[in-house]
Amino acid sequence: MKLQEYRSKEILARHGVSLLAGQVADTPEEARAAAERIGGPVVVKAQVLVGGRGKAGGVKLASDPGEAEARAREILGMRIKGVSVRKVLVAPAADIEREFYLGLILDRGAKAIIAIASAEGGVEIEETARNNPDAILRIGLHPLIGLQEHQVRRVAFRLGVPAELRPDFATVFRGLYAAFIASDADLAEINPLVITRDGALLALDAKIVLDDSALYRHPELEALRDLDEEEPSEIAAREAGINFIKLDGTIGCMVNGAGLAMTTMDLVKLAGGEPANFLDIGGGAKAERVAAAFRIILDDPRVQAILVNIFGGITRGDEVARGIVEARQTLSRQVPMVVRIVGTNAEEARPILAEANLITASSLDEAAERAVAAVRTG
Amino acid sequence: MSILVDAGTRLLVQGITGREGEFHSRAMLEYGTPIVAGVTPGKGGQAAVDGRVPVFDTVEQAVRDTGANASCIFVPAPFAPDAILEAAESGIGLIFCITEGIPALDMVPVYHVLKSRSVRLIGPNCPGATSPGSAKVGIIPGSIHRPGSVGLVSRSGTLTYEVVQAMTDAGIGQSTCVGIGGDPIIGTSFIEVLDLFNQDPDTDAIVLIGEIGGEEEEHAAAFVAREIRKPMAAFIAGRTAPPGRRMGHAGAIISGSAGTAEAKRQALELAGVRVADSPSHIPQLLRDAGAG
Repeated sequence: MKLQEYRSKEILARHGVSLLAGQVADTPEEARAAAERIGGPVVVKAQVLVGGRGKAGGVKLASDPGEAEARAREILGMRIKGVSVRKVLVAPAADIEREFYLGLILDRGAKAIIAIASAEGGVEIEETARNNPDAILRIGLHPLIGLQEHQVRRVAFRLGVPAELRPDFATVFRGLYAAFIASDADLAEINPLVITRDGALLALDAKIVLDDSALYRHPELEALRDLDEEEPSEIAAREAGINFIKLDGTIGCMVNGAGLAMTTMDLVKLAGGEPANFLDIGGGAKAERVAAAFRIILDDPRVQAILVNIFGGITRGDEVARGIVEARQTLSRQVPMVVRIVGTNAEEARPILAEANLITASSLDEAAERAVAAVRTG
Repeated sequence: MSILVDAGTRLLVQGITGREGEFHSRAMLEYGTPIVAGVTPGKGGQAAVDGRVPVFDTVEQAVRDTGANASCIFVPAPFAPDAILEAAESGIGLIFCITEGIPALDMVPVYHVLKSRSVRLIGPNCPGATSPGSAKVGIIPGSIHRPGSVGLVSRSGTLTYEVVQAMTDAGIGQSTCVGIGGDPIIGTSFIEVLDLFNQDPDTDAIVLIGEIGGEEEEHAAAFVAREIRKPMAAFIAGRTAPPGRRMGHAGAIISGSAGTAEAKRQALELAGVRVADSPSHIPQLLRDAGAG
């Protein structure tokens, strides 16, 4: 789960990272009021969970409250990579002398947290990695004892942090690490971390991505989820305990298992169609859960056919077939449905599906082809 | 005839009295896997799975009394890392963790403690391993297998079943099928399992099932090019997955331009692995590669 910049900054501030917090506004008038309270020049920043805000014009300077209101008016409602901006952060503008990048990420290869630092802050680290990989310092943190002082020093010296700011840098680095551990993050980064002309070290932008698997023990972080930026269908799916991701195609997919769900999407595409979603119904596939999955899929008006692909291992095929037939009767909209059930009790499932006039298929390739054909002729 | 699990496996099930644990223990027993003990703290002295398996309070007692040499864990996510460590510290050398949803940071110290003790962990968030005809540990349906000489390693669950079924239907049997798990931090990598298959005299060919996210498949490809002389086929799921979204498995995410299905496919093909467009093409690719 990604956190908005202002939420990420709140967490970092609690762990001793010095920053210019600012205030969140969801109307131009509020932005003006925030700028008045802050005093002096401010920066108005779109709060969206996609990258490239600056390039898209979602970050603007304003020299006074009137200008802050005007800039907020331009930014609010703007669409950045398909996401509509509903909030801006109004923060004091900093007079920047130098910019750094400082981040922590859980590295799958090393099976440990690694620190990443660069003296080229303010640009995305992936960009630096492409254009100037030697500018990036990567240090693996010890998996059992974590961040050590010598590592903090090594990064500070390598970045060329001036002697008088080294203690502040250590506070920031330790704070970033503490925030990472305390919130069970996958990633926490400060970009840029700046030195201002008057010699202060400040985090100007921050991003924290949380580990979804750890949210059960962080209800306070779960509450920070930004529902404004999620598809309503994805919210409904999460509440029903279904793994669902909306895409742009016309063929809805309902599958058990994540790997098989991705494969089903891939085969729809291979057969010349476009998948409308990723959906993993999980184990069991009881009638009410199947019904919820159908409703979520059909909520998308673009969906013209549904492909159901169930590999019955633990799940019995005939039970799933009955669940599908039952659920189908409760739907507000009917579209062609191609059902493929294999594995345990697949034989028993066949007459149930046939009686309900559902299109069946024995192989996954065939099922994908039939779903694509159903959209073409439907 | 196989790797990891065989007729010599003396299995312990942690969480045997839970719904999942009991259900799958029954299926494992029916397959012929010797389950010598179960562990549920506070239920020591009872007998689980229709009275067929003695239950102990601790793994240490179970190992001492039964000589268990492998463990299969069905403990809920908040308690699973501790269960893994308990098994490792009680002398179990091979641990399968089926549990899904363990926080990644919890697995960091567990991974390194196990490595320092040379204990092998498969998973978490994995379906286990089956050596057809001799033993199955985990939740892979026994009915889809056929004994044979093709080894299979996968990051997925039901997708693995799909491929195994396609092989069995085509008359291609398996030596062992291993699911290594869909989490970002897992105990055993593709490379380690490929190495075991490479050394197994009864495995003549290998199938690798990967998916988007991370660089495991790319590392595996480099290893294949260097070490493996057995015919191989592969499938990578997630060609149509959008970047930046977690596709069900915690580890299945394209970050920036890294972790795409296309990059993995290219790396494997460069290493001489035949990569299928659909799971159903795997049997033919194996035959083309001179196996089966």
